[in-house]
Amino acid sequence: MTTTAERPARGGSVGKGAPARNGATQSKRMRRKAILVGWSFILPNFVGFALFTLIPVIAALVLAFMNWDSYNAPTWAGVGNFTRMLGDENFWIALQNTFLYALGHVPLTLAIALGLALLLNQKLRGIAFFRVAIFFPYITSLVAVAIVWNMLFNPTTGPVNQFLHLIGIADAPGWTASTTWALPAVIITSVWRDMGYYMVLYLAGLQAIPQEYYEAAEMDGAGRWHKFWNVTVPCLRPTTFFVLVMLSVSSFKVFDLIIVMTQGGPGRATTVLSQLIYQDGIVQGQFGYSSAISLVLFLIVLVITVFQFKLQQRRER
Amino acid sequence: MSTLTSDLTQELDAAAAGAAPTRRGRASRGRGGRQVRSRFGRAGLYTVLIVLLVVVLIPFIWMLSSSFKHDNQVLSVPVQWWPSEFVWSNYSDIWKQIPLAGYLGNSAFLSVVITLLQVLTGSFAAYGFSKIRFPGRDALFLAYIATIAVPWQAYMIPQYIMMQKVGLTNTFWSLILLQAFGAFGVFLMRQYYTTIPDELSEAARIDGLNDYGIWARIILPLSKPALASLALLTFVNTWNDYMGPFIYLSSNNLWTVQIGLRSFIGQYSAQYALIMAGSVVSIIPILLIFLLGQRYFIQGIATSGMKG
Repeated sequence: MTTTAERPARGGSVGKGAPARNGATQSKRMRRKAILVGWSFILPNFVGFALFTLIPVIAALVLAFMNWDSYNAPTWAGVGNFTRMLGDENFWIALQNTFLYALGHVPLTLAIALGLALLLNQKLRGIAFFRVAIFFPYITSLVAVAIVWNMLFNPTTGPVNQFLHLIGIADAPGWTASTTWALPAVIITSVWRDMGYYMVLYLAGLQAIPQEYYEAAEMDGAGRWHKFWNVTVPCLRPTTFFVLVMLSVSSFKVFDLIIVMTQGGPGRATTVLSQLIYQDGIVQGQFGYSSAISLVLFLIVLVITVFQFKLQQRRER
Repeated sequence: MSTLTSDLTQELDAAAAGAAPTRRGRASRGRGGRQVRSRFGRAGLYTVLIVLLVVVLIPFIWMLSSSFKHDNQVLSVPVQWWPSEFVWSNYSDIWKQIPLAGYLGNSAFLSVVITLLQVLTGSFAAYGFSKIRFPGRDALFLAYIATIAVPWQAYMIPQYIMMQKVGLTNTFWSLILLQAFGAFGVFLMRQYYTTIPDELSEAARIDGLNDYGIWARIILPLSKPALASLALLTFVNTWNDYMGPFIYLSSNNLWTVQIGLRSFIGQYSAQYALIMAGSVVSIIPILLIFLLGQRYFIQGIATSGMKG
């Protein structure tokens, strides 16, 4: 790559007449110019990025170790917020719900997205229409989605339970009205919404697999199942890794779907960590304590990402 | 509707090739997908696909059909898929019950302003990150990438405190400032710019263009597909955003359509048909934008996903 910084340096070495010292100062000047021009491009975005993302990220880290409500001046708390968390029942319930949500959402979405991608990776007239239609739920407004599913899940007269009665299930679940079934209801809705997005990622992965691999496997007499396990699955590994990371990160961040669908209820059955951060921090003004919870959320996401990354590296070796 | 039947396979390939031009040959050879040979197999496959399509789209079908019913028919037993009588007045009543036009206007305003700023500053910064080499550049880019991985919830408290201190809560400013300078836009555009050969900008430089000229006259016109992807993704994300307006906007006259709709359910939870009509209205702009630009959505996701 030739850049403004390198070009004059090269020019200096070609011009043999120029004294070495002169070339050095010229190159320094061009270097400074490259810095100036480079920063001038980045600056408009960087000012906003630094003020509203970078500084808050760092501030959150510090706030987690402070006592600060909206009225009194902040004081140093050390690990006080974290020991308080250990005894906070709300925190443990939210943590458990967040994990349960992820345990349902991640494998289900991954499996269904892969299945859809395999099914829709065919040369067939009009296949693009099917792909686009299945992708559509992902970009529809979450509020509308949550409202519709809430009605579909109506325990007595909703279409979901009417269908369950029809196929002979007498005691259909109470879904969003029941403490046991509210979380599964949220998970079903989120899987339905997200599967199209991950299907697109898998389709891109599938189409990057060279056809020759399949032809070679066929020559070795491999059947469909064999080809799937020995060609498709290994070739999709980078995609699966990426999908897994994205899915788990988004699962731990879940908030708006739950706020609109169940508001964390009934009781605390669907309260998740993000909601607790919002509740304690923005509603009640406990800035320090809620920042500590958000640090825990960040660490969970980080550990899961690093763990999956290590796993991926070991498999590649 | 002709855009819908255009083959997505090619678009995905274009995206894959764009992300990794060196593998273009491989990608195009692998384009095939599976061939479906027998006529019987094809008919079976179409049946499976149509059943699947209906299952996936049932919530939308139900939403649309309910929006034309009377309230007491929405949750009837058995389910009525076709309204016995079309209550068109739902679609006029909803505008009177809540200031829906105002909500839609607010959503449109925020989405347009944030999208413009994001695309402009994002593509400008991406040029600095991909075409100019200077000390500290890569470290800075790493800071951008790192914050993409940090969940937004982790720093929403300091953001809120900042906005509160400068008195910008309950104004559009807070949302515009928080959302217009996202790292994602810079990342997406940079990914695309790195696939544009440097020889092009070098040739332009020899012709006497400076870096700003190269950005405006060479790089920007070449990156139209990526710009479209970023613009559409940002627009839809802002339009659908619930968290931001939920936290920052408390006055009814500032509410976006998402917040307005949510509050309507809170107040009139039994007016099912009206709620459904409002939901349909809130989705229509997204549907139109999606139908016009669906290939850019999918390209954008494939490019940013497949980190080249």
